[in-house]
Amino acid sequence: MRTIIQGLVGGVIAFIIGAALLGIVRLAFGLSFWGGEASLVAGWLAFVIGWLLGVGVWEYWVREWFNLPVKKFEATGTSRYFTFCTDHKVVGIQYLVTFLGLFLLAGLLAMVMRAELMAPGRNYMSGATYNNVMSLHGTIMVFVGVAATVGAFGNYILPIMIGAEDMAFPRLNALSFWFVPPVAILLLASVFSNGYDTGWTGYATLASSTREGVIFYNLAFFTVGFSSILGAVNILTTVIALRAKGMYWGRLPIFVWASLGTAILSLIFTQFIALAMIMSLLDRVAGFSFFDAFAGGDPLLYQNVFWFYSHPAVYVMILPGLGIALEIISVFSRKPLFAYKWAVFGMMGVVVLSALVWAHHMFTSGMDSPLRIPFMITTELISVPTGLVFLTALGTMWGGKLILKTPMLFALAVIFNFLIGGITGIFLSDVPVDIQLQDTFFVVAHFHYTIVGGGIFALFAGIYYWYPKMTGRMYNERQGKIQFWWMFIGFNLTFIPMFWAGLNGMNRRIADYVPDLGNINFFTSMSAFFLGIGFLLFVYNMAVSLKKGEVAADNPWGGYTLEWQTSSPPPLENFDTPPEVVGDPYGYGEPDAKHVIFPAPAATD
Amino acid sequence: MSTTTVHHHHQSEGNYSKLTTDRVGLWLFLLSESMLFLGLLSARFYLAGTFRPPELNQALGVGITSILLVSSLTMFRSEVAIRHGDQSSFLRHLLITIVLSILFLGGVAYEWSQAFTHFSPNTVFGTIFFSMTGMHALHVLSGIFLMLLIYRNGRSGKYSEHNHWSVEATAKYWHMVDVVWVFFYAALYLV
Ligand SMILES: [Cu+2]
Repeated sequence: MRTIIQGLVGGVIAFIIGAALLGIVRLAFGLSFWGGEASLVAGWLAFVIGWLLGVGVWEYWVREWFNLPVKKFEATGTSRYFTFCTDHKVVGIQYLVTFLGLFLLAGLLAMVMRAELMAPGRNYMSGATYNNVMSLHGTIMVFVGVAATVGAFGNYILPIMIGAEDMAFPRLNALSFWFVPPVAILLLASVFSNGYDTGWTGYATLASSTREGVIFYNLAFFTVGFSSILGAVNILTTVIALRAKGMYWGRLPIFVWASLGTAILSLIFTQFIALAMIMSLLDRVAGFSFFDAFAGGDPLLYQNVFWFYSHPAVYVMILPGLGIALEIISVFSRKPLFAYKWAVFGMMGVVVLSALVWAHHMFTSGMDSPLRIPFMITTELISVPTGLVFLTALGTMWGGKLILKTPMLFALAVIFNFLIGGITGIFLSDVPVDIQLQDTFFVVAHFHYTIVGGGIFALFAGIYYWYPKMTGRMYNERQGKIQFWWMFIGFNLTFIPMFWAGLNGMNRRIADYVPDLGNINFFTSMSAFFLGIGFLLFVYNMAVSLKKGEVAADNPWGGYTLEWQTSSPPPLENFDTPPEVVGDPYGYGEPDAKHVIFPAPAATD
Repeated sequence: MSTTTVHHHHQSEGNYSKLTTDRVGLWLFLLSESMLFLGLLSARFYLAGTFRPPELNQALGVGITSILLVSSLTMFRSEVAIRHGDQSSFLRHLLITIVLSILFLGGVAYEWSQAFTHFSPNTVFGTIFFSMTGMHALHVLSGIFLMLLIYRNGRSGKYSEHNHWSVEATAKYWHMVDVVWVFFYAALYLV
C-alpha cells in the first residue's frame, strides 16, 4: 500500500508541476495558462514520471545516482505483491493478477455489448455509449493480449526454465510492471471524460475530431509501450546471457523460444505504436498536420504506422501461447516434442514475416491497388511457418498416450481454435473476399478465434499447468475440467454464429443491425453470457484452491524442464544448487533421457 | 575454477559477466530506440518526398551538425581517458562534450525560432521538421542529463579504469544520438 500511495502522491504532484510548466510557457507565448488537452498531456507525462519516482525509481535508482545511502524497503509475504519488488516471481504474479483483473473488466464490457445486441434496434444505451464500451473493451483486451501471458510466465517461468536466478535486470523488470497501473487508471478515467469512440485502432482523422477522451487512449497506448520495450530488453538479455551451464540454444524449452520471438517483435515494433500515438497527439493537441489532408498530410500514414506495429502485435499475443501449448502437449502425451527444430524455425519465420504483412488491414483504405497483391501473398505465406508449429503439435501427440487433465484440454483447444482462426484468416487475406467482409462480424469472429481461442485459452492452459508450481497447491481437477468444457463450448457457440452474421452483412462497431439477424444475435448473446459465467468458475477454483487445495508436489506432471526440478513454489533465486543441463528437455518415454543434473557444489574458497 | 561471488551470475552458459549482460541490454535498447527514428525518417519521405523549402538555414545546419560530430569525438576521448584511469582528461573532455551539446541545443532553438516564420507545424514540411528535430532534441536533452550526472559523480571519484560502465553507457547513447542526427540532417537539409 505504501508503494501505491507514494506513487499516487508523486504522480499528482508531478501532474501539477507538468501542467504548470506548460502553463508558464503558454503564458510566455500569450496564451491562456490552462491549455485544455495540451495541459492534460503535459500533466500526464509528468504524472507517469512522478508515479515511477514514487513507487521505486527514487529509492532504487536516483539515490544511487546521487550517491545517497540507498535504503531499500523490502517487504515479505503477501504485501510484497504491492511493492516495487525485484524478484521475478513476484513480478510474474503481479502481471498475472493485474491483467486477469483487467481481463474480467473487459469481459464485463463485452457482456454489456452483447446485451445491447441481443435484439435489433436500440435497447439499453445510446449509440455513443455503445461505441465507448466497444472502444474500451477492445483497448483493454489488446493490452491484456500483449502483456498478460508473456508478462506472467515470461517473468515467472522463463528464468527458471533456463536455470537463472532472476532476470538479467531485476530492477528494470519491476519497473516494467509499474508502468501498468497508471495505464489502468488512465483508461478508467477516460470514462469520466465521456470516453472515446474510435475503437482500439484510434484511426485518423476520427481521432483528431472526436471528443477529448481519445487522448486518454493515445496516452495509455503510448505509456504501455514503455513496459513492453523494457520487458523485451529484459527477456532477450536474460536468455542471451543467463542460461545455466549446458543450456545450449538447441536445448532451450520451446516456451523460451516462443518468448524470445515475442520479445524480438516487441523490441522492434513497439516504437511504431508509440510513434503513431505521438503523431496523433501532435495533430490533435499541437496543431501538427501529419494526417490532415488539407495541409498536405495523409490519413493513410496513420494506418501504415499503426499496423506496422499492430500486426506483429497479434503474434506478440499468440506466440507465447503456442509455446505453452507445445510444452503441455509434450508433457501430457509423454512423448518428445516432434520436430523441435522445425517448430523453432516456424516461430522465427513468423517473426520475420510479420514485418511484411501490415497492409492487409488496409485493403479497403484506398491504398495503391496493385500493392495489395504482394501483401496478400506475404499474408498467406504466414500459414507456412504457423503450419510447422501445428505439425509439431500433431506429431507430438501422434501415437502418444494422452493424459487429458485440464492444462492438456486447454492446450488442445488452443490448437483447435487457432486452426479455425487461421483458416478464416486465409479468407480475409484474399483481397476480393476481404473487400466483401471488411468490418463485418466475420472479422470479429476471426480475430477472437486467434486471440481469445488461441492466446487466452493458452493463458488458461498455462495457469492450470503452472498453478501448482506458483502457489504450492493443486487446483481442483474436476472443477477445472468442468470449467474447460463450459468455456470451450461457450466460446464456440458465441463465435461460430458471428461468422454467419458477418457473412450476412452484419457490420461491426455499430450498435444496430438489420432485423433479419435478430435470432442469430439473440443466440450469440445467450452463448456469450454462458461463456462469461465460465470465467467466474475459473476465479472460484483458483481462489478456493489457493487456501484449500491439496499441497502440490514439486513435479506433479512429471515434467523434465527445469521449473519442475525445484520446490513448489521455488525458493528465492530458484535453485539451492546451480543446475547443469546435460540433454534436451523433452526426452519423455526415452529410457536414459536426462535434461538436467545438480552437481554437488564445488568447495568454495 | 572457483565460482565468483557475483550475485546473479553463477555458472551461466558462456560465463557472461555482469558487464557483458549490461552491454547486451544497452545494445538492444539502442536498437529499439533507433526504430522510433526510422519511423520518423520514413514519415518524412512518405509525406513530403524529397521536398525541401529554400528558407532552411543551411549555414546553421552545417554548424550544429559539426558541433554534434565534434561532441561525439570528445565523448569518445573522455571514455578512452577513464578506461586508462586518467581522471582529469576524462572530466575535461566530458565537460567539453556537455558544453558542445548545449551549444547544439541552442542552435536548434534558434533554427526553430526562424523556422516558425517560414513553415509552421500547420504545413506538412513544418510537421516533419519540428517533429524530427523535436524528437531528436528530447534525446539530446536526456543525454545532457546523463552527462551531467556522470560528471557530478566523476568529480567525486566514482569511476576508475575498472569501473566505468555508466560512462561507457552514456557514451554509447550519445553516439547513437549523433548518428541519428547525421541521418536526420541529411534527410531534412540535403536531399
Ligand atoms: Cu494483421
